[in-house]
Amino acid sequence: MGFLDRMSTVVQAKMNKIMDRIEDPRETLDLSYEKQLALLQNVKRGVVEVNTSKNRLVIQKSKLQIELDKLDGQARDALQAGREDLARKALENKAALLAQMQTLDGQIRDLNEQKNKLVAAESRLATKVEAFRAKKETIKAQYSAAEAQVKVTESVTGISEEMADVGMAVQRAEEKTENMKARSAALDELLEAGTLTDYSGGDELGAEIAQAKAKSNVDDMLAKMKEEIKK
Amino acid sequence: MIIRILGEGQYLLDDKLAEGINEIDNKIVRDLKSGNQGDFSRDISELISSVKSLAKPLDPAEIRPSDIIIPPSDLSFEEAKLVFRGEGLIRG
Repeated sequence: MGFLDRMSTVVQAKMNKIMDRIEDPRETLDLSYEKQLALLQNVKRGVVEVNTSKNRLVIQKSKLQIELDKLDGQARDALQAGREDLARKALENKAALLAQMQTLDGQIRDLNEQKNKLVAAESRLATKVEAFRAKKETIKAQYSAAEAQVKVTESVTGISEEMADVGMAVQRAEEKTENMKARSAALDELLEAGTLTDYSGGDELGAEIAQAKAKSNVDDMLAKMKEEIKK
Repeated sequence: MIIRILGEGQYLLDDKLAEGINEIDNKIVRDLKSGNQGDFSRDISELISSVKSLAKPLDPAEIRPSDIIIPPSDLSFEEAKLVFRGEGLIRG
């Protein structure tokens, strides 16, 4: 059995869950239509959810940028105070954060793509649902229950495949945002606790750099005074 | 024939061009059996891009079942193995 046959089996299983086996074909049509409208709402919620997750990551990115700038400033201060060792530590922290930044960039791109796909899926589904609604009314008006059966099976099967596809897309998008939520919550905690720069002695590092900077200022002032006294 | 790329909608393909799809399908089965992740990603991309280049998008207002279902472009190797073992694509 080929891989694509297996893929069809997966979709068929989803479709079986969506389709109801009801005696009255007209009722089958109405029930399917109700489910289509519910799914449309679900896709809309999915789009909002993915977008919210993406925005959360964008905010995190700007927080990370502030940390990066801070470390850059610290490295400069340390160098000016003649402490290359401390500057190196600050830049090491910066490099670690840059890696986080790259991961974030990838996730934002990923969520953006997910969002665009869901928006397109929503529009395709909406078009199909509208076409189904028109067809449903025609079938109800023109055919006897027995005649309608064939037509109903055709269109309900067709739309159920679309619903299975869109339903899976929403579910996959939700799983992705769930995974990212957990990771981004962990990063948020780090950012809020101000401990991001602390994992290799960050805050101590900041204090040490400030001290070195102050010492170098004092040294400068001392040297200046000495010069003045000499005159 | 009608082909659905999951997550991207349906396409209309000339039956004569379906042979190429079968060949890539066989390659994907080989990749999954041998566990070759790199070849798998390449073959899935080739499958999707060849459908997109050979087939025309079906009018979304048409309600018709598909003859072939193609996985979504972001299908991971792990997910593909689940599908191949007949365990579905997502939970539930």
